[in-house]
Amino acid sequence: MFIEINNVHKQYADKNNHQVDILKDINLGVNKGEFVSILGPSGCGKSTLLSIVAGLTPATGGEIIADGKRIEKPGKDRGMVFQQAALFPWLTVLENVIFPLKKEMTKKQAEAEAKKYLQMVQLGNYISHYPHELSGGMQQRVAIARALAMNPDILLMDEPFGALDEQTRSRLHDQLETIWTETQKTILFVTHSISESIKLSDRIIVMGTKPGIILKDIKVDIPRPRQQHKKAMVELEEYIMGFLKKEIDKVVREELAHESNN
Amino acid sequence: MNPTIKRIIFFAVLITFWYTGSKLEWWLPIILPSPEKVLEALVIGFEDKTLIYDLIASFKRLAVGLGISLVIGSALGVLLAKSKTADETLGTVVLALQSVPSIVWLPLAIMWFGMNEKAVIFVVVLGGTFVMTLNLRMGIKNVSPLYIKAARTMGSTGWDLFRRVIFPASIPYAVTGARLAWAFAWRALMAGELLSTGPGLGYTLRYASDFGNMALVIGVMIIIGVIGTIVDQLIFQRIEKSVLQRWGLES
Repeated sequence: MFIEINNVHKQYADKNNHQVDILKDINLGVNKGEFVSILGPSGCGKSTLLSIVAGLTPATGGEIIADGKRIEKPGKDRGMVFQQAALFPWLTVLENVIFPLKKEMTKKQAEAEAKKYLQMVQLGNYISHYPHELSGGMQQRVAIARALAMNPDILLMDEPFGALDEQTRSRLHDQLETIWTETQKTILFVTHSISESIKLSDRIIVMGTKPGIILKDIKVDIPRPRQQHKKAMVELEEYIMGFLKKEIDKVVREELAHESNN
Repeated sequence: MNPTIKRIIFFAVLITFWYTGSKLEWWLPIILPSPEKVLEALVIGFEDKTLIYDLIASFKRLAVGLGISLVIGSALGVLLAKSKTADETLGTVVLALQSVPSIVWLPLAIMWFGMNEKAVIFVVVLGGTFVMTLNLRMGIKNVSPLYIKAARTMGSTGWDLFRRVIFPASIPYAVTGARLAWAFAWRALMAGELLSTGPGLGYTLRYASDFGNMALVIGVMIIIGVIGTIVDQLIFQRIEKSVLQRWGLES
């Protein structure tokens, strides 16, 4: 296994100082080059799990091994793309993508490398623009180029297209699929959209809430490109929906119960 | 209507009223001298170069004082933003000092440094420092956690993270801090000069007042106001605007 998530556990103290389980007994293995989606309703801890893999959040228990090394802090072997592009507004598009390369390369090398990835996301003509001059979808493509520029083995994506409109999202799905095929990265992709996860991934990890646990590990056996297999996609979507409905109902019930208690 | 035209008409009306009132002796010249007298006083002042020497002397003190206050103010701001203990102790003192007009330090400053340049510069430094401190502190504390997270995933930590992310992200606040520091320092300088020795615009103002030369008093006041406006509007507001635009905080 390229990434091994072993018995990961995460607790937070709530406002009454009770320990609440956010993630419980998470065990997951990911192969090199695999595209794995982590799917679940809001509050299931899927983003927290990704943040632990990134090394930004410490786990309460368990360990994560990536490429044989235990993860303790962020590293350039794992590039991350957030829901907001998180580009630095005082830098141009090119300078943003150069940011992670500054220390290990000469200026010329870094520029060439950054331009290569900007061309991959089809923004080669926008290198001297500032982020605020770009649309949301373009900003997110710069963020992807920036994460790829470090040439990480693993790409972590936390609902990267969640804030975009449907058409832009669909275009970016195709682009991401192409990039993944070209670069052979291992991708962990957090989403709450069932159709997004079916369209993109090799495997879908369905998570439940309170505490966050893995409900099901589904292999997506639909050949790519998947647009040609609409029927299989719809069937799988219904199957997962049946699964998640119980979880979503649980969240809604709890929220209602909480309301009537107050 | 074009705002420039509006402004010109407004000032024309104002000066006409001032001129007419003086001509028709609605008030005594010692209360408010006529615009001609003020202009005359200014022309004499520039011709015998006293006002030029005053301007040079005042700007020298301002440059030194503001420079020192920006350096100390920034350093203190970083310290307060980065150290919780410093913020809880020194931070309270800075807040208290900020609410004290810096001119009240002048008697002490004269005891410490003597009745000279240094005492005035000290007051100017105190005038600008704390507002710079408070703004930079806020700027650093308000850096979006998302920028920091993103930078950390790209291997940036410690000093590198501060230099390449936290500091540039707080520049809009630093610019606002510098603009306010300039405004406070300029007021402190005038007050300090008024109560201290010359040459300097403030000193000339008091000198003119002592000799009942109200035309020169008003002339110097106009110079002070014009300089304040020019520096604020033409320099600081432009910088502020372009920074806010670049940082995507204003379109």
